[in-house]
Amino acid sequence: MGTPDLTKGATAPVPAAGGSKKFALRGSGGGLSKNANRGAVVLALLFAVLLPFLFDPTSGFINDCVLALAYVVMALGLNVVVGFAGLLDLGYVAFYAVGAYSVGWFASTFYSDASVHVGVNDFLDKLPGVHLNFFLVILLAMILCAIAGVFIGLPTLRLRGDYIAIVTLAFGEIIYRFAVNGDEITPFGDAYPLTNGQQGIGPLDKPQLPFMSEPLTPLELRPWYWVALGMVAIAVLAVVMVRDSRLGRAWIALREDEVAAASMGVPLVKTKLLAYAMGAALGGMAGAFLGFFATTVNANSFKFSFSIFVLSMVILGGLGSIWGVVLGAVALSFINYWLIPDVLNTVPGKIGLDFQLDQLSFGIFGFLLVIGMVLKPEGLLPERRRKIELTEGVGTDQSLEGSRA
Amino acid sequence: MATTEVPPTAVGKPRTRRTNDALRETLSKYGLLATLVALPLYFAIHDLTGDQGDLSRLGENLVRGLSNGSIWALIAVGYTLVYGIIELINFAHGDVFMIGAFTAFSLTGTIGLTLTTGPLGLVFGLFLTLLITMVVTGSMNVMIERVAYRPLRNAPKLAPLITAVGFSFILQNVGLLWRGGSQKSVPNLIDYDNVIFHVLGVPISNGDLLAIGVTVPLVVVLTAFITKSRLGKAMRATAQDPDAARLQGINVDHTISLTFLIGGMMAGAAGLIYALYQTSVSYNMGFQAGLIAFTAAVMGGIGNLKGAVLGGLVIGVIQELADNRIGGQWVSAVVFGYLILIMVFRPQGLIGEQTREAG
Repeated sequence: MGTPDLTKGATAPVPAAGGSKKFALRGSGGGLSKNANRGAVVLALLFAVLLPFLFDPTSGFINDCVLALAYVVMALGLNVVVGFAGLLDLGYVAFYAVGAYSVGWFASTFYSDASVHVGVNDFLDKLPGVHLNFFLVILLAMILCAIAGVFIGLPTLRLRGDYIAIVTLAFGEIIYRFAVNGDEITPFGDAYPLTNGQQGIGPLDKPQLPFMSEPLTPLELRPWYWVALGMVAIAVLAVVMVRDSRLGRAWIALREDEVAAASMGVPLVKTKLLAYAMGAALGGMAGAFLGFFATTVNANSFKFSFSIFVLSMVILGGLGSIWGVVLGAVALSFINYWLIPDVLNTVPGKIGLDFQLDQLSFGIFGFLLVIGMVLKPEGLLPERRRKIELTEGVGTDQSLEGSRA
Repeated sequence: MATTEVPPTAVGKPRTRRTNDALRETLSKYGLLATLVALPLYFAIHDLTGDQGDLSRLGENLVRGLSNGSIWALIAVGYTLVYGIIELINFAHGDVFMIGAFTAFSLTGTIGLTLTTGPLGLVFGLFLTLLITMVVTGSMNVMIERVAYRPLRNAPKLAPLITAVGFSFILQNVGLLWRGGSQKSVPNLIDYDNVIFHVLGVPISNGDLLAIGVTVPLVVVLTAFITKSRLGKAMRATAQDPDAARLQGINVDHTISLTFLIGGMMAGAAGLIYALYQTSVSYNMGFQAGLIAFTAAVMGGIGNLKGAVLGGLVIGVIQELADNRIGGQWVSAVVFGYLILIMVFRPQGLIGEQTREAG
């Protein structure tokens, strides 16, 4: 096996070269437009915060905005697993399910035999069942999802590439089956089934925010919007911080070459599991929020197509690129919830064709996916590192094929 | 930047690694077998000791499972060939199968096959239907490859995955517009439930004969084609190393198109069997079928033709056992549970793999 001197000599130049190149690029690209960039970000933030005032509080558009923001958090979570750590997760819907069911379990009258009330308003205090505070439920959902993420991640540790995709896909389908048939599973007695089967769980508690007299309702969508926006802010901040930390670099090392990363001392098991846990926690946060927002938990919403929907956001936006993923999530959810059903729906009727466009909605969606990928396979806003790889041939396909797989 | 020390334990590692590998090898071989045999064995004991008293019910499960499995086997062949050659999980493949079932369903009506058609006309008509269906789905699969995968040959690995999903959605929408959103029942042309003879007390029906009669010849011809013919050799060479194959004068693009053609044709044949055997089709059936067939391909060892067929049959039996004994609503949970166990015990599948990507 070589002496320490030999290994040092062999490995040292490679990271040094990579490092200096990266810094050089960052230096040349950043200096010129830094102030302009910062200004643009502040303006965009201001616009995002004030946007709801332009619309009616019950408008469908704000509704779609809230959904889009929740999907941004979802996509950011999946991006940690797929984009940063390079672990292709096709069962992300599992965390949506666990997150949404956390709301069903901890913030509804579903377990009416129990009586647990923590930090809720007077109205909920009198109802039977488990009722926890909104933020507590979200926190619990995140913790449960992180545990589920680690659990799902464990069998994939030895596997690579597409095999990880297969195992996570299988877990996603199994969790969907448990959601649909969970009324048959009663490990804690007949009064406490796992889920309510096809009927779903509802109504869920209306979230009570601090400093507000009334709980959130579907009639006033602005507070929902701001809560969702806050979640996005937290998620973006967390993801940016982690990406630039030791852990984030370990993920990227893992993605680029697992063997090299391991030989440089990256602990594979811990690093992979942390990626799963963080991605799952973000998914759980968004899932719980979507549960609250929908006011019911519908078992049939936890299908494989959801995983694909979120994965499309990540890939179409730009794998590994945070702003790309945000853009991809906003774009795809608006296409799905606003453009196709609301805007384009009546177009065929106007030009004399006898059908509604929403019959074609997933065909159009699929068409857009194909077009988007064929025209821009690296995504709308590709990550800087990946762009370099693609344009300059640093690690061309053949070498990547072997390493990323 | 990189100031990681060499871990002091590195010297002691190789020996433990070797014993671990030996242990893992045994565990993976027998662990997988034990997992697969567990379910039938449990029900065999259950039948023998319970009210049943004999194994006829298990035999029925087995026969029905194998018939169903032959459908999955035909679809799985398409997955495994495509994966072997371009390492893509072709998500649109299940929907190609669905279009195949729809085509077969429509063609039987167009050709004029009804419940009163005589046996000779029926065999001839179905053969014609099979041929046309296979041509339709095969050429459709080639077209999909041309439009959605070929432009992305040099793109990041996940890009064609998304276009595959996109095409899956498009095909589902085609099915939806073609036949509407509800389940459509197919006329029971072959009288699939009609028992012809018994083997060891287990009834064999028309449907089972159709499934075997279509699948076995197709698989035999396909195996011969891939192992014996020049084009088959080109396919195997491309699967092993596309660049080296190109250097040997093989037209890689044509070879890939051929692979998609074969995969699509097999899916079309599976669609015909499914339509006649299950006598109902719906626009969203391709997705579930695709997942199950994909599981079969993985179970056999993805990239491996024999493995896909074996995996399909095994999945068929598991599925039938789960459906008959545990309850229809748990079928996919059981199937996917098996998939995870196989991935844990033996990621390279039952037969082993012939792809570039190491498990």
